[in-house]
Amino acid sequence: MYLLIRQVNNVNMRKTIDHLLNCKMLGKFFSKFSMRKTIDHLLTTCIWISSFVTVGVLAWILLHVLLNGIGHINWEFLSTAAKGHEGGILPMIVSTVAVVLVAVGISTPIGVCAAIYLVEYAKPGKVVRAIRFATETLAGIPSIIYGMFGMIFFVNLLKLGFSILAGAVTLSIMVLPTIVRTTEEALKAVPIGFKEGSLALGASKLRTISRVILPSAIPGILAAIILSIGRIVGETAALYFTAGTVPRMPTAIMDSARTLSVHLYLLVYEGISFEKAYATATVLVVVVALINFMANRMVMVFKKH
Amino acid sequence: MMNVDEVATMVEVEEEPAKRKKIVPGKTVNSSKWRAIWEKIIEIFFFLCASTAVISVIVITIYIFAQGTPAILKIGPLKFVLGKLWRPEAEIFGVLPMIIGSIYATLGAIIIGVPIGIFTAIFLSELAPGWLIKIVRPAVELLAGIPSVIYGFFGLVIIVPLIEDKLNVSAGNSLLAASIILGIMILPTVVSISEAAIRAVPQSYKEGSLAMGASHIQTIFKVILPAARSGILAAVVLGIGRAVGETMAVILVAGNAPMMPKALTGPIRTLTANIAIEMGYAYGLHREALFGSGVILFIFIMMLNIILNVSTYKAGE
Repeated sequence: MYLLIRQVNNVNMRKTIDHLLNCKMLGKFFSKFSMRKTIDHLLTTCIWISSFVTVGVLAWILLHVLLNGIGHINWEFLSTAAKGHEGGILPMIVSTVAVVLVAVGISTPIGVCAAIYLVEYAKPGKVVRAIRFATETLAGIPSIIYGMFGMIFFVNLLKLGFSILAGAVTLSIMVLPTIVRTTEEALKAVPIGFKEGSLALGASKLRTISRVILPSAIPGILAAIILSIGRIVGETAALYFTAGTVPRMPTAIMDSARTLSVHLYLLVYEGISFEKAYATATVLVVVVALINFMANRMVMVFKKH
Repeated sequence: MMNVDEVATMVEVEEEPAKRKKIVPGKTVNSSKWRAIWEKIIEIFFFLCASTAVISVIVITIYIFAQGTPAILKIGPLKFVLGKLWRPEAEIFGVLPMIIGSIYATLGAIIIGVPIGIFTAIFLSELAPGWLIKIVRPAVELLAGIPSVIYGFFGLVIIVPLIEDKLNVSAGNSLLAASIILGIMILPTVVSISEAAIRAVPQSYKEGSLAMGASHIQTIFKVILPAARSGILAAVVLGIGRAVGETMAVILVAGNAPMMPKALTGPIRTLTANIAIEMGYAYGLHREALFGSGVILFIFIMMLNIILNVSTYKAGE
């Protein structure tokens, strides 16, 4: 009898212990689960806040510049030359356009041909790797180094002086990676069927490229050009040392010129006029936003293939 | 866009002259030979265009070093790199304050920009509902397109006064201001490249993790991010490159005193600012010393580039 009771007791005890253990595990499980939930919530909140910050900062910059600048923009500001604290930004607009045209004019043919070589001709190997490494390196070199190089090489050594041409040539090297990469993407996006069809019909490789592949890659090439224009319009450091800072209307390609970004920098750095700075910044922001919008449109077109 | 029929007609029209020539067999051989030579010439031309990038890199490297190293050697490499004083008027040229300044500003930018950037990338690739992606992604792209001088201007009129106000310092042009502005400026680089890296992670990794009972957030942080780490690393390195190389925005907010940075709210001068501020009026050894700081900056950037290439090369394998 005694033995039996002990056994029952034992069983009971074992059950109790098991039960206790179970509870503990379950508790642990539950606490772990809720902690996991807390961490999940915390991280999700962080992610949302970060994205909000990213968009918020952009909105803040844009609104601040636009709200303070829009009131100072009028026809006179856009259509006259600067005279100290007075006057507008017409010479800077003209200089910016000139630099953009020359730089893009130099860079586009070279960049597009380079992309054609990389996509259509090059065989994987050391040469291609060297070209890709060089393109990456060019993309990574800071604009001030381009400025220094431009000053040493184009301004002094080739005796171009501080001029639109010197600035534009320097920038054409700077935007080369943008053009090569974006064009490459566009060329790769051309359906292989186009190429095969053309080759099968007996067209030579060159003819296939010039009549079939390039025409279908035009939106991508345009996107490359527009992106480059955006970079050139926003560039300051490289132009400061190559195109100079003369705020006059340029009359020739060898004239020194001041682009919009350089103008804004000088207005702010020398504390000339914050009103003019806001107005100039507004013009720049609007131009950049438009360029961005157009580039996006173009990329969408060539991705649709 | 263009369908195959159109392509076919275009090619046909082009091939007509060739058909005509076939009547005279000798000429066909001749013309095809010429055509082959012509194609070869064009190929060489394309190759030359492609090598422009290589030539540019080589020429840029040579000229920057040729202009900068004489001064470094004249001053003494150790004295130049480790010198704590920069007094051009006394011909004392030590760029250590600027090197430290550049490193601090970049570190600050990473601390601010990288977490926000990676979180935003996660948001874009994993959490955001479609309509929000349509707002956030263009915003990031526009952020990338805004000229650096506008960031500097914004920093000067907003961030600098804010620091003066909240932290009660006399001049807000400081390391902190530079870090904040640079942090914002590297955001688009970090976001877009990390996002691409996260999207490149195979869907099955995610599905596997979810099937094992992990929550979405756990999956993101324990499976997806580790799998995308080489791409995220590339994003960070590119961000560092942008922060180290930034000039005009930093000049406007950093205070630019050429001395060792002492406090978060004290002024700093970066290598880039050193060049841009003094190049205008420098001559003689001073000018050469500025090219010397350019060489130091260039070495920094080249190291970053090599790290980047090695890491992406490994990731490609």
